[in-house]
Amino acid sequence: MSVGGDAILMEGVRKRYGDKPALDGLDLAVRRGTVHGLLGPNGAGKTTTVRVLATLLRHDEGLVRVAGHDVRKEAARVRRRIGLLGQHAALDEELGGRQNLEMFGRLFHLGARGAGQRADALLERFGLTDTGRKPVKRYSGGMRRRLDLAASLITDPEVLFLDEPTTGLDPRGRGEVWEAVRSLVDGGTTVLLTTQYLEEADRLADRISVVDGGRVVAEGTPGELKSRAGRDRIDVVVRDAARLDEAVRALPFRPAETDVDRDRRLISAPVRDRMATLAEVVRALEAAGIEAEDVALRRPTLDEAFLRLTDRTEVAA
Amino acid sequence: MSAAYALSDCWTMTRRELAHWARQPVAVLVGLVFPVMMLLMFGYLVGGGRAVEGEYVDFLVPGMLTLTMVFGLEGTMTAVTRDLEKGVVDRFRSMPMTDGAVLVGRATADMLQSAAGLLVMVGVGYAMGWSAQGGPAAFAGALGLLLLLRFAMLWIGIHLALVAGKPELVQAVQILVWPVGFLSNAFAAPESMPGWLGTVVEWNPMSATATAVRDLFGNPGGEPGWVTAAVLWPLALLAVFFPLAVRRFRRLGR
Repeated sequence: MSVGGDAILMEGVRKRYGDKPALDGLDLAVRRGTVHGLLGPNGAGKTTTVRVLATLLRHDEGLVRVAGHDVRKEAARVRRRIGLLGQHAALDEELGGRQNLEMFGRLFHLGARGAGQRADALLERFGLTDTGRKPVKRYSGGMRRRLDLAASLITDPEVLFLDEPTTGLDPRGRGEVWEAVRSLVDGGTTVLLTTQYLEEADRLADRISVVDGGRVVAEGTPGELKSRAGRDRIDVVVRDAARLDEAVRALPFRPAETDVDRDRRLISAPVRDRMATLAEVVRALEAAGIEAEDVALRRPTLDEAFLRLTDRTEVAA
Repeated sequence: MSAAYALSDCWTMTRRELAHWARQPVAVLVGLVFPVMMLLMFGYLVGGGRAVEGEYVDFLVPGMLTLTMVFGLEGTMTAVTRDLEKGVVDRFRSMPMTDGAVLVGRATADMLQSAAGLLVMVGVGYAMGWSAQGGPAAFAGALGLLLLLRFAMLWIGIHLALVAGKPELVQAVQILVWPVGFLSNAFAAPESMPGWLGTVVEWNPMSATATAVRDLFGNPGGEPGWVTAAVLWPLALLAVFFPLAVRRFRRLGR
């Protein structure tokens, strides 16, 4: 693994909360200047990962380096190089937008004037110039998110952590955040993005790590992951429920890959060659004398792909 | 350079608290009025029956000033707990700022508020007929002892808030602070209490401050020689709770 080119490097990282392991030997390498998606269900360890990387939480075991610095031994150096957008707005709710940004600017030691100028520039960039003295607690969800993002960009961080940046936002707010992230990446920032939405990872990330149970269970480009986990599928609906098992035996599918839904009399399996499989299925049903109500080819949904990737590990484990 | 940064960080965090006041003048006002209300209640409604030599108001005002310093603990706890619940502390902790600046900001703001509170109470005390006869130096010394007690309470409050981290515990402390405050000589002389209770009261650090302050003000209930205790008690509390609080804040992420 090339340490020099990695903005984030985690090796065998473990973190327990009491008896419960939150990170169970997590490995992660993110090259500089790329967007890396951390995809997984609730409780998979995504937020714990971000908190360890952002020096908010100390891990128990393993190596963690951010922007070339050890998060435990060189926390101050790491902090100078990162920006964090957590799940909940990390803002002073009583204060106004400019007051918040100016305060954070002072804490980055930009000086009173520097902090003020930086605050104005960021307000303009995120379309928040006319918020005046209105306290953040009266902002809309989208505005709050934008200000939060602005606050994490005070010093143009080398590495930016976005922990479920669009959770709870309407489609418009989501689009705004995506837009902002893309323009950042064009500026050379490395972004680690956690999300529950495959669509989001798909749109933004160069590479994706699928996390489950505190470990990375699959890694690759969005395209690779989709083709690995979510091939096209064929759905066969049998007319007579009593002959469902017979149909499963007759069909040319691998048992391990086949899903059977008894209520809907549905047999579903991934497909390699769409037309050939379709022909095979029809022939097999005919030969066995089983009547089908419906046979259909379809693309997998993104959620299905994601579910399969996380499911598979549970079977393996 | 890093000392200059540390100072600047502490100042920035203090400014933050001051900005909160500017946003919520009513809350600040209520904070100032509450002890005044207590003073008036005890002075005019409850106080008449207390067996104290001299004017009760002369005994009460220094006691009430002391009690206000101790009750400041709740305010500190509430503020710290509320801060911790919010994400903003995460941002502070992920920034390259001085470790303790968040706490120092809180401490400075609370001390300023307490100093303002003391002045208001002194004014109301005078209006009620209280008088201090110790001279300006002794007067300043008394205020200094009071603020020292407040400073010790402040760090106890920060520590408790960091340990608990939940509003429920703040409520518990808000209730407990009453018996602790009243188990002192703030309102009545220990001699008027049953023997064992009087002993507890005399050992309450708050009583040391109250007695010393009464002495410095030249008010009844004061005894010479208590100034040392009134300095040492808060310092001892600080020696324990200041490092504990700072350590606790550093270890928030473990």
